Amino acid sequence: MPRKLPEYNASSLADIAFMLLIFFLVTTTMDVDSGLERRLPQWVDPEDIEDTPPIRERNIFVVLVDRNDRLMVEGELTRVDDLKDRTKLFLTNPHNDASLPEKEIREIPFFGPTEVNVESATISLRNDIGTTYGTYISVQNELVAAINELREEIANQEFGRSYDQLDRERQNAIRDIIPMKISEAEPRRVGGN
Amino acid sequence: MSKFRKNDGKGTPSISTSALPDIVFMLLFFFMVSTTMRETTMMVQITLPEATEVTKLEKKSLVSYIYVGPPLQQYQGQFGTEPRIQLNDQFANTLDILDFVEAERQARDESERGQIITSLKVDEYTKMGIVTDIKQELRRSAALHINYSTRRAAR
Repeated sequence: MPRKLPEYNASSLADIAFMLLIFFLVTTTMDVDSGLERRLPQWVDPEDIEDTPPIRERNIFVVLVDRNDRLMVEGELTRVDDLKDRTKLFLTNPHNDASLPEKEIREIPFFGPTEVNVESATISLRNDIGTTYGTYISVQNELVAAINELREEIANQEFGRSYDQLDRERQNAIRDIIPMKISEAEPRRVGGN
Repeated sequence: MSKFRKNDGKGTPSISTSALPDIVFMLLFFFMVSTTMRETTMMVQITLPEATEVTKLEKKSLVSYIYVGPPLQQYQGQFGTEPRIQLNDQFANTLDILDFVEAERQARDESERGQIITSLKVDEYTKMGIVTDIKQELRRSAALHINYSTRRAAR
C-alpha cells in the first residue's frame, strides 16, 4: 500500500489568485465598441464637382440642423422625436402625396413588381459648423431608426421573420425597397463666424 | 453527557479552504476572457453620445481610433479647453490624419488594408466643425468606412 502523500498547504494559492483577479478587475473595460456605421462618399476634388442634374424637390427630404441645435425638416421646425415618423412617411409615401417622392414600379426578387420610391429619392442632411455632435448623432440615429423599422416591418409582413434573421438575398431585396440613402452636403466654408 | 463534549478544548474545527482557489480562479478566468486592455492613454475627456440603432464593431483588428474632446485637466494649461484631436498617444491636428491613416494601413495585413474601419470617439458637446474636418480628411485618405462610437441607450 503506497504511503499517503502529505497534504500541502494551499491557503496561499487563493492569495495569488486573488491578486491576479484584482489586477484584471482593475484593468478591465467591459464596454463593447459599438456605434453607428456609415460609409463616407468618395473624395472628389472641389473643382471637379460637376453640376449634377437637379433632383426634384419632392424627391428630397431636407433635414437641417442649425448652430443652436434646432431641427428643420422640409422647411419647418420639428422636434427630434417627430423626425422618425416624418422620415418613415417620406420613405413609404403611403397615400401618394404630391409633396412626397414619386413612385415607380420595379422588379424586385421575392416580391415581383413592386411600387417603390424613385431611385433619386434621397434624405439630405446638412448641419452647421456650430452644431453639437450629440445632436447630430441623435438626428442620424432617428434616420437610421426609421429605415430599420420599415425594413423590419416588411420582413415581418413578407417573410414572417425578423430582418436580422433573413439570409443575405432576402435582406438585399428589402434593401432595394427601403434603401439607406442619406446624403450629407459637401461642407461649405462660408464667411462670418 | 460526555458524547457532547468531545471537542472541548480543541477550539472550532478549521473550515476547509481548498475550494476557495477554485472559485477565485473561476472569477479570474471570466475577467481574463472578457477583458480588453486599453492601449492608448486617454488625453481627452470623452462622454459618448447615446444612440439606439447601434451595431457592434466586429473585427477589432481592423479598427483604428480617433478621439476628439476637451483635453484632460493636466493638459489644459498647454492645450486649452477647446476640443482637440488625439491620435495614438498625442494631440494632433486635422492635417495629421492623412499620415495617421497611412500608418494604420501599413500596420495591417495586405489583405485587410482595403477594409479598415475608423472609429470616431467624439465627445457629445463637440462642435460639428471639427468633426466635418476629420470626415473630409478621411475621405481624402480613402478611409471611407467609419463608425460613430456611441453608447447603447435603452429604447
